[in-house]
Amino acid sequence: MNGEGNSGPVFADPITADILLSVNGDERPITVDTRETLLDTLREHLDLIGAKKGCDHGQCGACTVLVDGRRVKSCLTLTVTVDDREITTVEGLAADGALHPMQAAFVERDAFQCGYCTPGQLCSAVAMVREVADGWPSAVTADVSGPAVLDDDEIRERMSGNLCRCGAYVNIVAAIKQVGS
Amino acid sequence: MRPFAYERATDVRSAVAACAAGTADGAGAVYLGGGTNLVDLMRLGVVSPGVLVDVTRLPFDGIEETAGGGLLIGAGVRNSDLAAHPLVRRRYPMLAQAVVAGASGQIRNMATVGGNLLQRTRCSYFQDVSKPCNKRVPGSGCPARRGDHRNLAVIGQSEACVATHPSDMAVPLAALGAVVHIEGPGGPRQVPMPGFHRLPGDAPERDTVLEPGDLVTAVEVPPLPFAARSRYRKVRDRVSFAFAVVSVAAALDLEDGMVRDCRIALGGVAHIPWRADRAESALRGSPATEAAFAQAAAEELAMATPLPHNAFKVPLARNVVVRTLLDLVEAP
Repeated sequence: MNGEGNSGPVFADPITADILLSVNGDERPITVDTRETLLDTLREHLDLIGAKKGCDHGQCGACTVLVDGRRVKSCLTLTVTVDDREITTVEGLAADGALHPMQAAFVERDAFQCGYCTPGQLCSAVAMVREVADGWPSAVTADVSGPAVLDDDEIRERMSGNLCRCGAYVNIVAAIKQVGS
Repeated sequence: MRPFAYERATDVRSAVAACAAGTADGAGAVYLGGGTNLVDLMRLGVVSPGVLVDVTRLPFDGIEETAGGGLLIGAGVRNSDLAAHPLVRRRYPMLAQAVVAGASGQIRNMATVGGNLLQRTRCSYFQDVSKPCNKRVPGSGCPARRGDHRNLAVIGQSEACVATHPSDMAVPLAALGAVVHIEGPGGPRQVPMPGFHRLPGDAPERDTVLEPGDLVTAVEVPPLPFAARSRYRKVRDRVSFAFAVVSVAAALDLEDGMVRDCRIALGGVAHIPWRADRAESALRGSPATEAAFAQAAAEELAMATPLPHNAFKVPLARNVVVRTLLDLVEAP
């Protein structure tokens, strides 16, 4: 971090920006406070309450959404930074009224209990399976220069950014494995 | 969070000018990369910039080969893309391993190479604005010395600060002697690692040698053919998504059972990614044996000055160095 970040006036008026936000294929004009995170914009202004606020510090993964197809933490993403990106939330995974295969697998495998972390788990899992298909290595990939195989260890490592306090991990792994292999 | 102006830089000069202007008028300007650390610190009140200069649209998102077989890695390259790059994985496996050993998949998709180098310590006192911290508020004191320092530094710390640098990626970069490319108000310059990061001394508020307005534009990794035999080993309190207690990046050049050359750096032990110069010197020309590795590690760690609750890091670091080097000897 450069410059001096702690000087200047403590009180100041909010600064806003008028942006066009593309979410689940819809372009939405919106005025945002520059301090606003994507998670708050989705939930408080766009009525998309699938992404959940857990820790609000990037640690639990309940807020996971896709930005240009990649999974990110919406609680650490400032909305003003993604006005030219394509955002997909859990509400955008199902197409034409049919569950996304990952959603169907979560239902079939009973991969949740209270469901609070599930939207984040789903978005994360959908993108993670693509990462493996693209050959991205993980910390448990034996040969970092070789291909990755989506076994249980790989799934657990790659999903470590999504916590489930109900402990539904066993069935989450099974659901993802069903889709990814 | 304090209100801030948001500016999206479209070229380097305007980015540097915007940051310099924001700094000069007292508002406090910082560059925004992936935001995974900065946005959290702003929310915690640890940093309160008046201007955010978004540099993620600058053309620093590529990885290019350099003459002689090195790589020039743009500062805006996301951690995920760095770890997935075929040449990084083949030429510098320890670098790819270190990147995927850090954070989570979502964070790696956001975090940039430049931001990774510039992330702040995770010392709990630094992140808690209700506590004194010389790094956050110079002169306010360091409660960590008598408080919670189990995961803090054992080498090169000062009376003022015992924080560690949290990056995994920076550890192999220090081992490789990577060169940080910087664009600043005074023009471009280059700073080799590990000299980019600073020991705390009596100015722990300065993590690096960067001056106000300086922007990291790239990291150049020099050619090092024997780094194809390299490894990053990380010890942490849980198996994934945790910062290092101790980590080691090492590369070995072996010939007839002897160490012709080597590179070793340690993470989780100092205010900087710690290049183990003494261990490297001790090993060059010595047999590639467990005894020689242990002796070299001991020479490096002889300078450790641990605190009561982190003394375990010294034997741990020694053992992890030995294990990592043995892994490299035994590697196919």
